[in-house]
Amino acid sequence: MKTFPIGGIHPSDNKEWSKDKSIECIDLPNEVMIPMIQHIGAPATPVVQKGDKVLTGQLVGQAGGFVSANIHSPISGTVTSIDSYPNGQGQRLTMVVIKREGDEWVESIDRSTELKRECSLTPAEIIAKIKDAGVVGLGGAQFPTHVKLSIPDGQKAEMLIVNGVECEPYLTSDYRNMMERAEMMLTGIEILMRAIGVERALIGVENNKPDAIAHLNEVIARDAYRGIEVVPLKMRYPQGGEKQLIAALTGRQVAPPPALPISEGVVVSNASTAIAVYEAVQKNKPLIERVVTITGKSLGSTHNFMTRFGTSLDYLLSFSGGLPEGDVKVLNGGPMMGRAIVDTSAPIIKGCSGITILSGAEAARGKESACIKCAKCVSVCPMGLEPYLLSRLAKLQKWDVAEEHNTIDCIECGCCSYTCPSNLPLLDYIRIGKQTVMANIRSRAIANKK
Amino acid sequence: MATKLFASHSPHIHGGEKTHRIMLDVVLALIPALAVSTYVLGWRVLFITAVAVVSCVAFEWLICRFLLKRRSTICDLSAVVTGVLLAFNLPVGIPWWIVVIGALVAIGIGKMTFGGLGTNPFNPALTGRIFLLIAYPVQMTDWTTGVPDALSGSTMLADVKYAPELVSSLNFTEMLGGVMNGSMGEISAIALILGGLYLLWRKVISWHIPVSILATMAIFAASVGASYGGAMIYEFPLFHILAGGALLGAIYMATDYSTSPMTHRGMIIYGVGIGLLTMIIRLWGAYPEGMSFAIFIMNAATPLINKYVRPKRFGTK
Repeated sequence: MKTFPIGGIHPSDNKEWSKDKSIECIDLPNEVMIPMIQHIGAPATPVVQKGDKVLTGQLVGQAGGFVSANIHSPISGTVTSIDSYPNGQGQRLTMVVIKREGDEWVESIDRSTELKRECSLTPAEIIAKIKDAGVVGLGGAQFPTHVKLSIPDGQKAEMLIVNGVECEPYLTSDYRNMMERAEMMLTGIEILMRAIGVERALIGVENNKPDAIAHLNEVIARDAYRGIEVVPLKMRYPQGGEKQLIAALTGRQVAPPPALPISEGVVVSNASTAIAVYEAVQKNKPLIERVVTITGKSLGSTHNFMTRFGTSLDYLLSFSGGLPEGDVKVLNGGPMMGRAIVDTSAPIIKGCSGITILSGAEAARGKESACIKCAKCVSVCPMGLEPYLLSRLAKLQKWDVAEEHNTIDCIECGCCSYTCPSNLPLLDYIRIGKQTVMANIRSRAIANKK
Repeated sequence: MATKLFASHSPHIHGGEKTHRIMLDVVLALIPALAVSTYVLGWRVLFITAVAVVSCVAFEWLICRFLLKRRSTICDLSAVVTGVLLAFNLPVGIPWWIVVIGALVAIGIGKMTFGGLGTNPFNPALTGRIFLLIAYPVQMTDWTTGVPDALSGSTMLADVKYAPELVSSLNFTEMLGGVMNGSMGEISAIALILGGLYLLWRKVISWHIPVSILATMAIFAASVGASYGGAMIYEFPLFHILAGGALLGAIYMATDYSTSPMTHRGMIIYGVGIGLLTMIIRLWGAYPEGMSFAIFIMNAATPLINKYVRPKRFGTK
């Protein structure tokens, strides 16, 4: 069975806590807070004012450039405030606050549940619709999808790769989408293939989800989705990393930064993003909701909620009996790459595939001791780096040496820290080194231009 | 009790691997060899091992407490490993006070001088052994209290060095099982291999260092053996792998984390170097056994290997 070539770890997947919970629709929240940045790139600019009445699906934030994304109202009601509020990490962002009055949708949105498969739009029209709908990558990176699909001149896509790996422990939102909304997903994949002009798509799914593999294969055969193939992958973290997934499926390795997947002729999309693409193109529905997994061993109950963006985390957690007592770590995402949340009144945004709750004991960091040079971090690094060295170089602030040792290749998967028998916070330091080196590279580029 | 949120960077979980668990695995892996050694050589094996372990741990504790004035690191069990390995490198008849001196050199000079676990450039147990070999050459090569029916007072390596034809008369089954003269830990090849397989299974070591050392030695010995003619092309390499400290060194000493390279390619270069040096010393050097010196020399080359041999960067040819 296929997998990526170097490094990787096998954390227990903990999917059993939420994998069998069907996607649930919940009562809409009475208020939503919508950050004007829920994507990589420039923030969106608010196009509504305090006191305005808005409908569900109405544009409230206009993309602030090409690498940016539109933001739409997830509910209907009245704008009560446009101001800066802290997000889950305590970072202050411009947010539009809307108080809900019913749930009245913009008329052009097709809310019927029947599948609309035929699509005769041109690639440019498809990409324009995706852009209008504010679709971004739902796997966590939140990269605007229309940018990814706009292939630079002189380069050509050969195939589409769909990321159904969901290698992050605990999370099950992609899995539930594959099980319950396979038709929409596969139609979305057909549309993505049409947009980039390819005849072939590979869906990578890890072998810990055999029923998802079987279900997708069944729908592909039943409804004759041509050119789409499901490829089972041997479970191994971080298989969902873009470069790891491409290597696992095609054997091709994307060159180090700044090379992009298109240099190897592939465009990668997350599986759930394909559903957003389907809805945007076939149903005129902007990206206003997604499946969010609420999971954790210490929670009263676990769920996969269809969640409108801007819904507060507290509201979602109230269905699980609230947070457990004692020391708790609340994660936006899973335990390997998720970000710790310090304010649970903060809103759910586009890139949030799940909320994982870890107890103090589960997330406790062990006592640090000296590096014993066991080289385990070197053998688990999926990028072929030397984490022990990069971490040390960052600690010593030897940025130029860290750059020579390719610290910017780091994908921050956390395999090194996970494996370290001395409990060293390797990635904490590597991240500092990576950010500093990237800033240095940028300032050198600016200086060279002058 | 109220809910208290806490935060840190990712990753938020840990694989559970611990330094002291790794060290414990090494000790467990050495138990079969210790058992065979005790069975063959008698209770004195346990006494010498105990002296070595207790003195290594005691010296580390004393140095941490009174010289470095910092928290003692004896709980990581690395001093226990050093103690067992030091004992395994000594003849069973060695006076106990020499063992204590060896432990002082191993821990005091070999390890703590450089800052303790992870920072020492040379394998501590080997540092102790080599010091003793030079300072107490008579006691360190006195094998008379060894296997009763073994070749008188010297190891097979020493005999074969000047009379290679002896190899054909050796009983390889006995060598494998443990009736072989030499240091305490060297006598049973099968027990050492068993422990090595355990370490591989527990992922404490990878195959790269032991296999490259033993393969290099085998190829080298086979080509020398071929020049003697007859069955020596098979017997000579088998003899060199089973005799002396080859297995103990390749599986347990050369794989010491802090003194061996960090990358797989580096480990192979290091292993080939040890294999070559061992054979050169065994065949043409002044000592019958060259494993300790070969590992020691390649320990010195490890920083250089780490500097120049890097892992293959993802996305490059």
